[in-house]
Amino acid sequence: MNGRGLIHYALALLLAPLLLGVINRVKAAFAGRRGQPVLQPYYDLVKLLQKGAVYSRTTTWVFRAGPVVTLAALLAALALVPFAGQAGPLSFQGDVIVCVYLLGLARFFTVLAALDTGSAFEGMGASREVQFSALAEPALLVGLVVLGRQTSTASLGPMFAAVGPALWMTAGTTLALLAVAFFIVLLSENSRVPFDDPNTHLELTMIHEVMVLDHGGPDFGLILYGSALKLWIFSAFVAGLVVPYRCGNGWVDTAAAVGALLLTALVVGTVESCMARLRLLRVPHLLISATVAAVLAFLLMTR
Amino acid sequence: MSGLLVSLILLLTASALPLAAWRRPALASRLGSWGGAAACGVGLASSIAAFAGSVTASRAWPWVTPVGGAFSLALDPLSAFFLIPMFLVCGLGAVYGRAYLAGDEGRLALGPSWCFYNLLTASMIVVLTASNALLFLVSWEVMTLASFFLVTYDHDRAESRLAGRLYLIAAHIGTAFLVVFVLLGRRYTGTLDMSQWPAAFAGIPAARLGLLFVCLVIGFGTKAGFMPLHVWLPEAHPAAPSHVSAVMSGVMIKTGIYGLLRFGTMLGTPALWWGGLLVAVGLASCVFGILFALAQQDIKRQLAYSSVENMGIVALALGVALVARALQLPTVALLALAAALLHVLNHAVFKSLLFFGAGAIYRATHTRNLDALGGLLKRMPRLGLGLIVGAAAISALPPFNGFVGEFLLYRAAVLGLNSDADAGMILLAAIGGLALTGGLAAACFTRLVGVALLGEPRTPEAAAAVEPAGAFRWPVTILAALCLALGVLGPFLVVRLAPLLSLLSGDPLAKVSGLLAPETGPLTAVTLMALLVLALVVIVAWARHGLLRGRDVREAGTWDCGYARPTARMQYTATSFAQPLVGLFVRLLRSRRRYAIAPGLFPASASLNAETRDVVRERVFTPVFQFVDRWLSFLKWLQSGRVQLYILYIVITLLGLLFWTLRGGA
Repeated sequence: MNGRGLIHYALALLLAPLLLGVINRVKAAFAGRRGQPVLQPYYDLVKLLQKGAVYSRTTTWVFRAGPVVTLAALLAALALVPFAGQAGPLSFQGDVIVCVYLLGLARFFTVLAALDTGSAFEGMGASREVQFSALAEPALLVGLVVLGRQTSTASLGPMFAAVGPALWMTAGTTLALLAVAFFIVLLSENSRVPFDDPNTHLELTMIHEVMVLDHGGPDFGLILYGSALKLWIFSAFVAGLVVPYRCGNGWVDTAAAVGALLLTALVVGTVESCMARLRLLRVPHLLISATVAAVLAFLLMTR
Repeated sequence: MSGLLVSLILLLTASALPLAAWRRPALASRLGSWGGAAACGVGLASSIAAFAGSVTASRAWPWVTPVGGAFSLALDPLSAFFLIPMFLVCGLGAVYGRAYLAGDEGRLALGPSWCFYNLLTASMIVVLTASNALLFLVSWEVMTLASFFLVTYDHDRAESRLAGRLYLIAAHIGTAFLVVFVLLGRRYTGTLDMSQWPAAFAGIPAARLGLLFVCLVIGFGTKAGFMPLHVWLPEAHPAAPSHVSAVMSGVMIKTGIYGLLRFGTMLGTPALWWGGLLVAVGLASCVFGILFALAQQDIKRQLAYSSVENMGIVALALGVALVARALQLPTVALLALAAALLHVLNHAVFKSLLFFGAGAIYRATHTRNLDALGGLLKRMPRLGLGLIVGAAAISALPPFNGFVGEFLLYRAAVLGLNSDADAGMILLAAIGGLALTGGLAAACFTRLVGVALLGEPRTPEAAAAVEPAGAFRWPVTILAALCLALGVLGPFLVVRLAPLLSLLSGDPLAKVSGLLAPETGPLTAVTLMALLVLALVVIVAWARHGLLRGRDVREAGTWDCGYARPTARMQYTATSFAQPLVGLFVRLLRSRRRYAIAPGLFPASASLNAETRDVVRERVFTPVFQFVDRWLSFLKWLQSGRVQLYILYIVITLLGLLFWTLRGGA
């Protein structure tokens, strides 16, 4: 437990939906529109949390537990994520593994809740989600472990604290390859283009959005907030690696890290505006190449 | 030790009595079930006490054999550790089995089934405590034969007979390597007393030790189900009654791991390639096991392949431990060993849970085909809850027990990787393979739960299912509670493993405790994280409950994008759910699909059949055995089917051997 970690945790809880707003604004700008307000995700959340709910007669308690367990797992995982070169509120040797498996717990219950509706659409989304995440998990874990090898630790906090201009000078290629791997996993795990298109109407979107088709009201609010937190977690990994700006003053560092995160959102939005979604059959290739990048980073390090 | 002997005697009685009551199946069942459960209760209490107190005890009786056998049993922390899950699962299986077999009363003979069930438990006690190599082999064979008769329980069905035959052949190929090991061991050391072997093996050249190690991996790997020796598992587990599948998959295959640990540690400091071999075998078993599990429609066959995967994880952990020992990384070796041990315990708990659950589903719906199930959670809520816990646990998700073992294994591998070892690539492969396996296992078990328990029932049988009787449900509930308890408290168990780890590594207890001490921090943190997740779930659920209170909450049909008549047949099936992953790995799995393309403009019917058979069995073992079969058919004239003649063969062989020995002596 550390004080600044707690402040960062509170900041993440507060600012995570902002990332979604920034991405949407960037996409609107590329399309030549004014777009929705940057704070739109917050308005959506407030609106959803005030609603009632409609449940399918097919569903059981699993459907209702899905969003709850997913959000709880993501909240726990977020507590392990370092920010601004500072360890998260909870940090220990091996927290890397716990963090990745907590993301797995979140996914497990999202998938079960989707299958609980008995809908073909949600089954389809669930099937694809488990396929892509099974391939993304090795990329993420190998990437983090290799970063740990580079910085001689198995804890996320010290791992990202050790990343800085000095390390980029000595092991730049390794870090660049890892950044590529993390960014690919970010896009995949958060269902962004080129893996999935959150912009299409819900029914046509193939993976994440289609899994939560039947959720409404507060449940959907929890899901939306959960996916914002997930985007925050992965962006923190990428930004912590690529923009390790630190001047020594804690507040400036924190502000810079938030800026780096918004920058990541900007890049995600740009990628989304410039690329089309990949054919589903091509997606595994991209994910496997993320693992390959991480392994390559390891080989470069041990040469 | 006396508790174990009481349990052994009780079990032998409980295996004789049902046979005597053959003609009255209900009585036979009651005698077998109660006797088995009582014996396991006594055994469980005494082995927990023995493990907690690190008791070592031994007892020997004279046993006249020509080669130096003795009926000597020894209890140490290693035996006690394996005895605990064995008694737990066998005891619950005895209770569950009575309800499960009641459905077959009058159709099949229950007396012999109970006889062999209790005999299997009794033989496992001896396997896990034997301290004489001959006694070990004999009890190993009794275990194999008892389980063979249990697999072929429903012998009217060709499927059971085929599974039994396959199991018998595979088991004996494995045993052949163990016999070679024991014979070589006796030759190198001059004794069959296993307690003298570690010292006697010390002076043996490395090449011979390597040979012995390979014998062990093949011999015990066949029982444990390591790829590519796993071929009997996916046939035998579905064919056996469910309580037997639970015992076989949950604990019997672990005797293979026990054997590897017991005999492997006698061989002294390992060479690097030993660990490399086990890591390779482990990775192949993990990844292929879970991929094949994904491609199955039969629940129990899927669970059997998942056992291959889990034994692969154990092999991986043992491999990492050996690599670390060869490279002088003691902490890594200890953590990996602890991971292997914990995973053995955890797998016994959740795999028997899942088999018990699958059996209850089979009894309620009369099918094991996932694609014929669905919507069972509404119909059997308590059993369903247990199954969901088991599925999460086997997918290694916190806060359940499966995660603790895998966390330790990752921790060991990462620590080894960071210690600047030469084996970086091996360890990185272990980490990446384990991560892939974890993701695939999650896919496999969301599929099991999602298709069987959730959604709408796909057949009238599934729709008519009701909550099974208490004897089906309680074992599942107890094991589910254990999944959570071990998930939260498991990290503390690692410290309790120190005496056992000291026994296995040969380091003194103080050194082992010293090496483990820095790891208590991370392990406590794992417990805290598990508690944090549970607390967060409660908080978020409470918040959601508060938000919805007093609001308009309604029920409606599932939103199916405007389609007016959604039916249960439109749901994703187990086959379609797994299709993307199976398709991605189709070159490895060799899945076959047969279509009947719908003819005409208004087709009446179309069909698609997807099937994934075992590649190893089809491509390797079948051709080899066909070849052997062709040559051995020349010897068919020897097989008359008359017992007297076979006895004559034995006598001739013995006379021949006697003559050979006498000539050698002269």
